[in-house]
Amino acid sequence: MPYIPHTEEEVRQMLDTIGVQDIEDLFDEIPQSLRHKSLEGVPTQASEMDVNRLMHERAAKDGQPLCFMGAGAYDHHIPAAVWQITTRGEYYTAYTPYQAEASQGTLQLLYEYQTMMANLNALDVSNASLYDGASALAEAILMAVRANRKSKSKRILMPANVHPNYRKTAEAIVRNQGITFEVINYDQSSGCIDPASLPAEPGDFAALIIPQPNFFGGLEDVNVLTDWAHRHKSLVIGVVNPIALAVLAPPGDWGNDGADIACGEGQPLGIPMSSGGPFYGFMCCKQALVRQMPGRIIGRTVDLEGKPGFTLTLQAREQHIRRSKATSNICTNQGLMITASTIHMALLGADGLERVALASHDNTRKLVEKLTAIDGVEAVFNNAYFHEVVIQLSAPLAEVMRALHAQNLLPGFALQEDYPELENCLLVCATEMRNDEDIETYANHLQRIMSKL
Amino acid sequence: MSEIPGELKYSKSHEWVKIEDDGTVVIGVTEHAQDLLGDMVYVEVPEVDSDVEVEDACAVVESVKAASDIYSPVSGTIVASNDALTDAPEMVNSDPYGEGWIMRIKLADRADLDQLMDASAYADHVEAEDH
Repeated sequence: MPYIPHTEEEVRQMLDTIGVQDIEDLFDEIPQSLRHKSLEGVPTQASEMDVNRLMHERAAKDGQPLCFMGAGAYDHHIPAAVWQITTRGEYYTAYTPYQAEASQGTLQLLYEYQTMMANLNALDVSNASLYDGASALAEAILMAVRANRKSKSKRILMPANVHPNYRKTAEAIVRNQGITFEVINYDQSSGCIDPASLPAEPGDFAALIIPQPNFFGGLEDVNVLTDWAHRHKSLVIGVVNPIALAVLAPPGDWGNDGADIACGEGQPLGIPMSSGGPFYGFMCCKQALVRQMPGRIIGRTVDLEGKPGFTLTLQAREQHIRRSKATSNICTNQGLMITASTIHMALLGADGLERVALASHDNTRKLVEKLTAIDGVEAVFNNAYFHEVVIQLSAPLAEVMRALHAQNLLPGFALQEDYPELENCLLVCATEMRNDEDIETYANHLQRIMSKL
Repeated sequence: MSEIPGELKYSKSHEWVKIEDDGTVVIGVTEHAQDLLGDMVYVEVPEVDSDVEVEDACAVVESVKAASDIYSPVSGTIVASNDALTDAPEMVNSDPYGEGWIMRIKLADRADLDQLMDASAYADHVEAEDH
């Protein structure tokens, strides 16, 4: 049987049967202006040898620099067993199967994933994942606006220290739905949201976003912020780092009632950085909001004979059933990525995850100590942090970074483009992968370079 | 033919409306509608004190087959919602005109009622839709 089952003859027969001249005619309601004429950059074919060569050249461009950059993607150790198991034939599918219930193994894995994420976030339910952390935040915002029945507002309070790419992505996705963002500035000395600066009469708003840690690595006063938002009948969306949750209070425990929705980027849990993707987004929420949650949800049930089994559940929320009223146009998940993540979490266990978190924090502390001991290097904020810190250089940052790149070292993320007020500021990170020698190497290079400028 | 009580008013989208003496109306879905939808698994009732306009989607009934909006047949203010449906959504199936009621609305304009069908017009409407 051919893999592509429609012969030209069969296509002709189908078109004749429905009385259509050409396949193109089936798409005539899509305006010409929206169509992409052709994929000019994509060659029609290439030999395996040529493709191999091209891919090796591309891969070499990434290099293997000594990485002190985080800013949303993190260089964590991934046990060799994770991808060895993930790429076994039984697991190696990128997608929720169409005949979902025929694939009980896949569904069980998704169910285990949901259980782990719900536990990590201390919330009742998790979906089976979304595309990435940024789009997960956008979906959380749409969800909050739908779910907050005490507020008719489409106003969202968005701290400036939420990841800039997340803010841009969220805005691009929600702006045509009349949802507006009101920026909350961070405190200049702590880099965090100062609860005292929040207005006593904020007016009606649907949700407050709380990043933990925030983009600068700092730890927010999540309890006070959560209670403040709930007092004003707003929902709370936590944007969290899953590794940090091993040592920090999980969103479900924030304040008196806990955050309502938690979302974030799943990459730190077993996904290689691989030029920026594919990653995956996670999302958890309270039971009361589950019918507003986007994406797939797997449930455990029993069959007619009383045997346990797994099934797609709450599908009435989804696009294929509820059409335009669906919670989201996302009816899929990042199957392969969360297969790896689930195996990763299972291998590490809660203790392992905690050790990763503590080692990352410890290494970052050492890094900051070493770097700020150099003349002309200072920590910018005075707040508690997880595994990222903002440092400011007295020398032109671009020049310093060029010199460090030449040493095959990735020194961190330059903040000035997104935060003009943070001139010559660098967001640095040291995960458990950076040992004392690596940190010493960074400090020595930086000291030498700074002394010449 | 499903039961269509003579004393109620009906909307095209299969809600029934019971007019009470105190100027409020009780609203639910008809027996015909619950039959089409199948076994209820969840009902989302509207927030009390919220204002609704005619044809606003103000509640959701979710069955094993589909989730459907309930449209308000009248304009006004929600004065009560049937919270019991949260734990017992099957009452919409078993007693659509009684314990399966969904919401009570204080009318903004009694003239809205003139737009609704009586039982025999609704019976015709159901029959026309079936064919």
